[in-house]
Amino acid sequence: MKKLVMIGNGMAGVRTIEEILKLVPEKFEITIFGEEPHPNYNRIKLSNILQGDTSFDEIIINPLDWYRENNIQLYTGESVVKIDAKAKRVISDQGREVEYDELIIATGSKSFILPIAGADKQGVTGFRDIHDCEMMIKSSKEYKKAVVIGGGLLGLEAARGLLNLGMKVDVVHLMPVLMERQLDHIAASMLKAELEAQGMNFLMEKETVEILGDERVTGLRFKDGFEVEADLIVMAIGIKSNTEVAKNSGIYVNRGIVVNDFMETSVPHIYAVGECAEHREIVYGLVAPLYEQGKVLANRISGFEAEPYKGSVTGTQLKVAGVDLFSAGEIFEDGTTKSIMAYNEYDGNYKRILTRDNRIVGIVLYGDTKDSTKLFRMLTKQEDISGMTSVSILQSECSASGTSSDDIASMPNDELVCGCNGVTKGAIVEAIKTQGLTTLDQVSHCTNAGRSCGRCKPLVSSILAHTLGDQFDVYAAQKTSICGCTTLSREELVEEIKAKGLTSVKEVMNVLGWNNEEGCTKCRPAINYYLGMIHMDEYKDDRDSRLVNEKMHANIQKDGTYSVVPRMYGGVTTPQDLIKIAKVAEKYNVPLVKLTGGQRIGLFGIKKEDLPNIWEELNMPSGYAYGKTLRTVKTCVGAQFCRYGTQDSMALGIELEKKFERLDTPNKVKMGVSACPRNCSEAGIKDIGFVGIDGGWEIYVGGNGGVDLRAGDLFCTVKSQEEVMEMTGAYLQYYRETANYLERTSKWLERLGLEHIQGVMANEETRKALNERMDKTLKKYIEPWDEAIHSEEIQEKYYTKHTIKVGE
Amino acid sequence: MLQTITRIPVANYSNLKARAGYSIKIDDKEIALFKTTNGIVYALENRSPHPKGGVLSEGLVSGDYVFCPVYDWKISLKDGLVQAPDTGYVKTFNIEIEKDIIFVVL
Ligand SMILES: Cc1cc2nc3c(=O)[nH]c(=O)nc-3n(C[C@H](O)[C@H](O)[C@H](O)COP(=O)(O)OP(=O)(O)OC[C@H]3O[C@@H](n4cnc5c(N)ncnc54)[C@H](O)[C@@H]3O)c2cc1C
Ligand code: FES
Repeated sequence: MKKLVMIGNGMAGVRTIEEILKLVPEKFEITIFGEEPHPNYNRIKLSNILQGDTSFDEIIINPLDWYRENNIQLYTGESVVKIDAKAKRVISDQGREVEYDELIIATGSKSFILPIAGADKQGVTGFRDIHDCEMMIKSSKEYKKAVVIGGGLLGLEAARGLLNLGMKVDVVHLMPVLMERQLDHIAASMLKAELEAQGMNFLMEKETVEILGDERVTGLRFKDGFEVEADLIVMAIGIKSNTEVAKNSGIYVNRGIVVNDFMETSVPHIYAVGECAEHREIVYGLVAPLYEQGKVLANRISGFEAEPYKGSVTGTQLKVAGVDLFSAGEIFEDGTTKSIMAYNEYDGNYKRILTRDNRIVGIVLYGDTKDSTKLFRMLTKQEDISGMTSVSILQSECSASGTSSDDIASMPNDELVCGCNGVTKGAIVEAIKTQGLTTLDQVSHCTNAGRSCGRCKPLVSSILAHTLGDQFDVYAAQKTSICGCTTLSREELVEEIKAKGLTSVKEVMNVLGWNNEEGCTKCRPAINYYLGMIHMDEYKDDRDSRLVNEKMHANIQKDGTYSVVPRMYGGVTTPQDLIKIAKVAEKYNVPLVKLTGGQRIGLFGIKKEDLPNIWEELNMPSGYAYGKTLRTVKTCVGAQFCRYGTQDSMALGIELEKKFERLDTPNKVKMGVSACPRNCSEAGIKDIGFVGIDGGWEIYVGGNGGVDLRAGDLFCTVKSQEEVMEMTGAYLQYYRETANYLERTSKWLERLGLEHIQGVMANEETRKALNERMDKTLKKYIEPWDEAIHSEEIQEKYYTKHTIKVGE
Repeated sequence: MLQTITRIPVANYSNLKARAGYSIKIDDKEIALFKTTNGIVYALENRSPHPKGGVLSEGLVSGDYVFCPVYDWKISLKDGLVQAPDTGYVKTFNIEIEKDIIFVVL
C-alpha cells in the first residue's frame, strides 16, 4: 500500500480523505497529524456553540471511531514542523518521523492578531478553535465587558455569542459600514440597526492602536485618542493561512501555499487544500470552495482523470438569530452594471441584484433570503435573464414563510440546496429514492447535505417530505431514535414505559410497535436497562436481552474462551484467597494469570463449560469485570500504613465497592480513592474519584482514562465518610436516571453540564429521594456466580457444551 | 452412488429454552443449536463468519436471526446468510424432530 500523510486534521483535509476513501478504499495507508487535541469537528458551528445552541460533542464531524474504522493513524495534539521533501518524510514536534508517498498539507489558517502593543496580554483572543471558544465562555463567567475588533462575519457572530453569554459587547470597526465586503450601504445599515436593537454597541471608523492593562487587558485605545474599557478582547479582523511548514520546507508560498488547478504545490507529491492554499491568487475562507478543491484533489491522488479546479464564486450568510442575509458576487456598481432593486423599509426587506450584459453578477438580500438558492444558481450558471421581468426575478414564488410543496416541485433538479457541500436537489431526491432514506440524518450521511453550517436543513427536510409524500413522518425524521427497530428516542421510550406501565422487554416492543418483533443488539439491552432503572426491585431482569459478557457473567475472548476476575474489594486480598486462585489456575491449566488494571487478579482463557466449577472452587464473588456496572474501586494504601496518607482510603474504597457492586448503570463505572493529593489511585481519571484532604474528602467526577481521556472535575468537598456515601449514592442514581444507555459519565456530565448536576445535588431533599431509589434498586441483586453454581437450569442453558461421539 | 446421511440425536426439544443458543460438539464439528420464540429449531456451524472468527451460540437471538456475540454481525438462522452491510455465510444443517428428539442431519 502507498503511504498517504496529511498535515492538519480540519474540515477541508478530512473531507478530502473521505472523498479518497470513497474512490479507493484500499489504496493508501493513511496518517493524519492534527495540532488540535480533537478529532475533526465542524468549525463553522463554533459560532453556534458560543451562542449556546449546541455542544462540543454535537459538532464532531468524524468521531475517533471513524478513524479507527478506516484504519487511519491519527496523531492529535501533534504538529508537523518539517517536511523533508528529498527523503519524502515529515517530522513532528514530538520528533516522530513518518514517511510518505503522497503528502497533503491542509493546515488551514489562524486568526490574524493585530501587531499592536499589548496584543499578548491575558484576555485577548482570536476566534478560530474550540480553545478560543472555551476561553470566551470562561471569561464570560468572570468578567462583564467584551470588545470585538472587526465588524465582519466572524466578528458579528462572536459578538452575538458574547451577548448570549451575558456580556456587554462593543464592536469596533475600521470602516463606516459593517461587512463592507459583502454588503452595500443599505443592507449594512439595516443590519446595524437590527444588531443595535439586539444590544450590540458599535464603534465605527475606529482604528485600534494599543491594548491597555497590566497582565490582563483593561481596555483599548484608538488612534483618535478615544479609549474604552474591556475585560475581554476578541480579534476578528481576518485570517492568515498557516504556511510556515510549507515555507520552511522550500515549497513556494505567496499569501497561501500556491497550487495549480490540481492542487499540486511547487514540489512533486505534495499537495495543499483548504484555507492554507492559494489558487489563482485567491485564498478561500468558506467551506464550499474548499470542498470542491478536496474533490479535485481526491481524484488526482487516487489516480483518476480529474476535472481541473477553476475557482469558485461564493455566497455568504450570517449565522445570527434574527438576521437573514445573503450575499454573493459583486456588490458595487461600476458603470457597466445595472441594478434591480426592491426595498421595503416597513417589512425590513431589501434585495438588490447586480447585472451585467443580461447576467446576474451580484446578489445582496436582507430580510428574506428564500430566493438565494434560485438567484445564486442563475449567477453561477450565468443564465441569460433578458426574457424575465425584474419583478419575476425579485419575487419569491410564494409569499408565506417556509417552503411549500409547490416550491419544491418547481425547483429545478440542478438547483443547489446545500451551498457548503455543493449538493443539488436532484442528488438529494435520487439518494432518497435509490437508498430508501427516511430521515434528515440519513440524507446528511449519504449526500453530505447539511453537514456543515446546517442552514440548508429546513430545505432538505422539505425535499424529503415532498419526495416521500405520504410516507413522511415529520416528527420521526428529525430526531434520533435508539436504533433502527423504532422511531422512538430515549426520552420517549422512558416516558412511554412509565406512562403505559410496561414491565417487560417483550411488552415494550409489542405495545410500542417495534418493527423487528424481537429487537436487536442495540435496543434490547437498552430496554432491559431502562426497565430495571424505572421499576427498581420490581423488575425481573431479562438475561437473554443482555449481550454475551453480561449474559455469561464472564468476558468472552476472541477465541471463544472466557476470563474470570473475582472481586477483591478495594484491591485488598488475603493469603487464603490467593491460595484459592493459585490452586484453580493450576488445576484448570489457566493459560494466563494477570494482575488487571483495576487491582485484582484475572484468569484468562477459560472454557465456558469450566466456568461454574471454577467459580465454585474459588468461592469468591464476581468482580463484574465484564459489566455495565461498578467495575472496581481502586485504592492507595492510605493512612493505615502510608506516612503521607491523611485519610483511610482502603476503608472507604471497600465500603463503596460493597455498597454499589452489581448495580446496573448505563455504562461501566470506575472509582478511585486516594488518601492524599499525591493521588496514587489515579482518582482524577475515574468516573468518580475521592481524594483525602485534611478534614475531609474531595470528590471528582467525569474523569475517564480510556479512549476519551478526560480529567475529572472537582464536584464538591465533604467532611466525612457518611457524606461521601450519601453524595455518591445520589450522584450515581441521577446518572442512572438521566443518561442514555451506554453513555459514560464523562459524556453525560458534558452533556448536562457540571453546574447543572451540582445544582441538583445541592438540594438535600433531592439527594434523599435519589438515595431512596438507589437503595430500593440495590435490594434486588444477588451474587450471579453463586446463583449459577446452585441452579441446574442456568448451567444447562448457558454453560454446558454437549459432546457427542458418533458411532458410540 | 451411495450417499450416507448421518442423523445424529442431539437434544430433547422440550429441554430447549426459546431465544437461547446451545453448543454441541459432534466429533470435531461444533454446532450451535437455536430455538426461536416461535419454537423453530435451527442448527448452524458454531463459528462466526467474521474473518476473526468467534462462536455464535452465545449470541443474542432475535426472531430468525442471531447476532454474532463478538462482532455484532446479524446472521439469518434460516439460511446462514450474513445481513447487510456485512457479508458472508455460515453453514447450516437440517433438523429433524421425532417424538421430542432433535436430530441434526450431517
Ligand atoms: C467561528 C467560525 C465560523 C465560521 N463560519 C463559516 C460559515 O458559516 N460558512 C463557511 O463556509 N465557513 C465558515 N467558517 C470557515 C470554515 O470553518 C473554514 O473555512 C474551514 O474550517 C477551513 O478548513 P481547513 O481544513 O482549511 O482548515 P481548518 O479547519 O482550520 O483545519 C486545519 C487544521 O490543521 C491544524 N494544523 C495547522 N498547522 C498544523 C501543523 N503544522 N501540523 C498539524 N496540524 C496543523 C490546525 O490546528 C487545524 O486543526 C467559519 C470559521 C470560524 C472560525
Ligand atoms: S448549506 Fe451549509 S450545510 Fe448545507
